[in-house]
Amino acid sequence: MSLASLLKSRLVPAELAAQIDRIRKPIGSLGYDPWGYNNEAVKYGFSFTRQIYEKYFRVQADGVDNVPAEGPVLIIANHSGQLPLDGLLIGYALASRKDKPRMPRAMIERFFPTVPWLGNLLNEMGAVLGDPVNCAKMLENDEAVIVFPEGIRGSGKLYRDRYQLKRFGNGFMHLAMQYNATIVPVGVVGCEETIPAIANIKPLANVLGVPYVPVALPVIFPAKVHLNFGPPMHFDNTEIPEERVTERVEAVKAEISRLIDKGLSERKRLF
Amino acid sequence: MTTKRRPHILVTGAAGALAQQVINRLRKTCDLVAVDFREQVYLGDDIPSYCIDFNKRVFEDLFRRYEFDGVIHLGRILSSQLTRMRRYNANVLGTQKLLDLSQKYGIRRIIVLSTYHVYGAVAYNPALIDESAPLKSVGLSADLVDSVELENLANIYLWRYPELNITILRPCNIVGPGVRNSMSSLLGSERAPVLAGFSPMMQFIHIDDMADAIVLAWHKPTKGVFNVAPQDWVAYQHALKLCGCKRIPLPSIPPVVPKMISRVLNLRSFPPYLLGFFKYPVIIDGRAFANEFEFMPKRPLKEIFYYYKNNKKPV
Repeated sequence: MSLASLLKSRLVPAELAAQIDRIRKPIGSLGYDPWGYNNEAVKYGFSFTRQIYEKYFRVQADGVDNVPAEGPVLIIANHSGQLPLDGLLIGYALASRKDKPRMPRAMIERFFPTVPWLGNLLNEMGAVLGDPVNCAKMLENDEAVIVFPEGIRGSGKLYRDRYQLKRFGNGFMHLAMQYNATIVPVGVVGCEETIPAIANIKPLANVLGVPYVPVALPVIFPAKVHLNFGPPMHFDNTEIPEERVTERVEAVKAEISRLIDKGLSERKRLF
Repeated sequence: MTTKRRPHILVTGAAGALAQQVINRLRKTCDLVAVDFREQVYLGDDIPSYCIDFNKRVFEDLFRRYEFDGVIHLGRILSSQLTRMRRYNANVLGTQKLLDLSQKYGIRRIIVLSTYHVYGAVAYNPALIDESAPLKSVGLSADLVDSVELENLANIYLWRYPELNITILRPCNIVGPGVRNSMSSLLGSERAPVLAGFSPMMQFIHIDDMADAIVLAWHKPTKGVFNVAPQDWVAYQHALKLCGCKRIPLPSIPPVVPKMISRVLNLRSFPPYLLGFFKYPVIIDGRAFANEFEFMPKRPLKEIFYYYKNNKKPV
């Protein structure tokens, strides 16, 4: 047995590998898709995420079956916690569900592809550059896509602004309407407390070319995370003015706000 | 009784492996004339072959003598060849001359071979780029300007003279036996440079499949611009591994470091202006061509890499 296969047998249990293989992806002959998703790499990522999902953040996911088993889906959630941990946890919740699991794709910041190793690693795990063309092509491929319409406004917000939803972009609604994609809203509670930041050093961020540089302790706190998946929402593709599109976006935002409140009321303690 | 006249076709870039594959596929049904600016190649007694610079006046004599019906322009000089100025003269001015003559002598079908390099390698590229995407490479490197200019020219003639029936093909990396481009040299070498921490997704098309694609395009005169790529993808470093190449990582940040290394060591198959393609993916969507011309590549990636693994230092 080679070292690689020995490591794989230790790190990736057979039942977990089987779980990934059950999820059919439109991949090429060498296991890749056009965005760099790699079936073999995902098995390692899945195994690692299981540990942090179950043991570190002790995630409680409710309503994950609200995500349809097939067809184009946009999973819309609030963004928080400086690092994209919320996307990772939502992705795992859906990929590990017992009945008809799906491997969703997360749209990531434009800054990540420029980071050596990390950019490729994220791509191999299914993350994709947050570009409307990418999202459109993936919906065309009947993928489930995780989108944070707040973008860095949400992930980079300070602890004092926790659980306050920032402005939502309208792009996801246009895509959902155009590709007849189901929207599943998700309220994430707990990620705000993983890396509480008290300030953002904007000049340093500009120099480094990164979205923000938070002033925070160099540790990720093991806050208990609640994920509440709301009922699916459908929007028709009629020609409507931008104001009406914004109204639809506000409806999704209100639903996420409701799901966050639900998670906060269910939460017994922070950790 | 009159017999039907066989189509007369001018094929440029005849010294290249791709042109020879195309010639072999068409020689039974068409009367071919081969030209190349680099060298005169012998392609059999039935095919006249010339070494001609398109910008010279004698080039027009070929149009007078052979009364061409179509032109298959594969003679684009690669960005790794010659100097920037000579490449501009040959690729841009030479192509303009070719298109002018085609218009003057009533050519009814032109196929122009371009490259996916015209899209440019930037971090913000989406995957599955389609034909209407902007051609960003012109803003990234002066060494790729001639490739974009060649396309712009062909596009202008495509709309100004619709009777020329111009089809522009933008293939992904063409590889396989006899191919002499930089990607083929890398896959065929014992050791190949990589940028540390970057392994972009890539697409490869076997030279035989590409020749099939050109022949399909010849038989169906649909005008326009088309990407040509199989529906299969692989990361660069994985491809090298499958070709049995030892990977030599070069420092990748800041970006000026690998450029300097490439320039100082004069790495011909890893030139400074192509480094972006070894850092960021440029994945094109070849479905429009596949649907329009009923094109289905027959050689899988594994077969391509198997060839390179067993033929180190190919021609």
